[in-house]
Amino acid sequence: MASSRAIRSGAGRDPQAPVTNLVLLRLLVSARLRSQLAYRGSFLSDVAGQILLGLTEFVELYAIVHNVSSFGGMTFAQTLLVFGLASVAFALGDLLLGETDSMSETIRSGKLEVLLVRPLPVLLQLATSDFQLRRVGRLIFALAALAAALLFADITWDPVKVLLALITPLAGAAIFCALFLGAGAMQFWILDGRQFANAFTYGGRYVASMPGAALFFPIQIFFTFVIPATLVAYAPSLVILDLDGPAGIPVWTGWLGLPAAVVLSGLMLLLWRAAIKKYTGAGG
Amino acid sequence: MPIINVENLSREFQVMEPMGRFRRRKKTVHAVRGIHFSVEPGEAVGYIGANGAGKSTTIKMLTGVLVPSSGQVSVCGFNPVPQRKALARKIGVVFGQRSQLWWDLPLQDSYPILGAMHRMPEADWRPRFRELAEQMDLGAFLTTPVRQLSLGQRMRGEVAAALLHRPELVILDEPTIGLDMISKEKLRQFLDAERRKNGTTLLLTTHDMSDIQRLCQRVLVVDDGAIAYDGPLTGLADVAGAVRTMVVDLAAPVHSADLFLLPDGAVHEGIEADGIRHSVSFDPRRLSAATVLAAISNTAEVADLSLHEPDIEHLVRELYGSARR
Repeated sequence: MASSRAIRSGAGRDPQAPVTNLVLLRLLVSARLRSQLAYRGSFLSDVAGQILLGLTEFVELYAIVHNVSSFGGMTFAQTLLVFGLASVAFALGDLLLGETDSMSETIRSGKLEVLLVRPLPVLLQLATSDFQLRRVGRLIFALAALAAALLFADITWDPVKVLLALITPLAGAAIFCALFLGAGAMQFWILDGRQFANAFTYGGRYVASMPGAALFFPIQIFFTFVIPATLVAYAPSLVILDLDGPAGIPVWTGWLGLPAAVVLSGLMLLLWRAAIKKYTGAGG
Repeated sequence: MPIINVENLSREFQVMEPMGRFRRRKKTVHAVRGIHFSVEPGEAVGYIGANGAGKSTTIKMLTGVLVPSSGQVSVCGFNPVPQRKALARKIGVVFGQRSQLWWDLPLQDSYPILGAMHRMPEADWRPRFRELAEQMDLGAFLTTPVRQLSLGQRMRGEVAAALLHRPELVILDEPTIGLDMISKEKLRQFLDAERRKNGTTLLLTTHDMSDIQRLCQRVLVVDDGAIAYDGPLTGLADVAGAVRTMVVDLAAPVHSADLFLLPDGAVHEGIEADGIRHSVSFDPRRLSAATVLAAISNTAEVADLSLHEPDIEHLVRELYGSARR
């Protein structure tokens, strides 16, 4: 029978095996990846575009540091460390939840209703349906920048710094995930809120990837204690590089990345739940 | 125990209405007002009404997408919104205009994922998928990416997707919209067979009278947010006084309507094409099409004919009028 031949059999798996969360997650992510590879040409140009985008940001930073010799009290290699840490964190967050900034389209097109009538949390479906492999291009570039910075920045390593260097990209990624989540949730209230939401996500990335000392004092406070963008890369870099921070971002804030990530994620998850409740309460 | 039970269900929306240049006023729109109905397991119910009558709002409340403003809903024993995910395992939903398939993947790749979402082991979903693929004739395009399917093919794929987890209740929102005759017929045959074999309850909204005639023993007519009629389709035609129209093309022109000796209950409606085309409306409860045709044939030779059924919009309009009188 033609139809049964066309269906591949799940080789090597027990057909009676219960469906675990892991199996489901793997299916969802692999479906997403195969979807993207379906348009091979556009996929490759997307990856190249993302690498180019990372390169542009880097050149911009280089142009500044090259002309002022010290940017916010940092040398070029030190600036590169901030840039690399911030880029890795952003690339990871973007990879997981990046497309929540198009939430208003998902709502308007009615796609959200399809997600709501499935027996899975909407957030999980969104994260897997928007897993953008092309964003791996950005991640590759970010990792290269970080590696170069770690080599050239003249760091006197000790175990505590190694630990911080390992935690920082992950905490940073969680902070960006939370910002993306908040940006998505916000669009349930402000249907045209995409640009407004971008101010927090892409704006946060911009602030995170530059030395915080170069910022105006109230801005330092805002992006450290309200939107914790400087905690993603700059504050931990101060600890790793044995530098003093500016007035608004003292060195001890270098250790605030992880707690900030936990608190912010919790808050944004609550906001997300409220957003879904708002949707089912008020319609489209 | 009924599979759907709706008591005094209402839903209103607050919309902002512009007032002058800057000021806006809050306005309450009553989309659904105090409806009652219940559906027994295995029933097939057509839910019809004009656009904006409250059909989609009701469906959203039944599937847990929307909280009612007041009243009670129970679907498969669940309270839809708080128990949305538990309910999702018991029901299948087809939104005619929105796809739940993976757009860029071959059609067959959507089913393992949906099976896993419903926590069905492979030994469970694969035989079911084979059965659905065979009955819905999906074999020829299983390896085609969903985005390249025709609307008819995609819709068959959507219905198979909604039925994969053997739901007790299937809710279809305009399942046949935009389909060609053959695809419509295939879909209807399949849904009817599925209901007879597995006792699946069907609730569908449609604008197509033939969907209702082929599938549903019962119709719910919603008008302006309230249930205007609940009963069998034949009863609906009775209430609304539906008429059928026969259009005949004659072999030779006849210029006067008076030349036809039509039986009681048939009315000559008009002459077109220089006396060749005549249309006659008649009451299907009193006259058969054959009687009307015989009466016309007494006067002139009939070369061609077509019959026009009353459409749903028309019936609903008639009903709306009579309910207000």
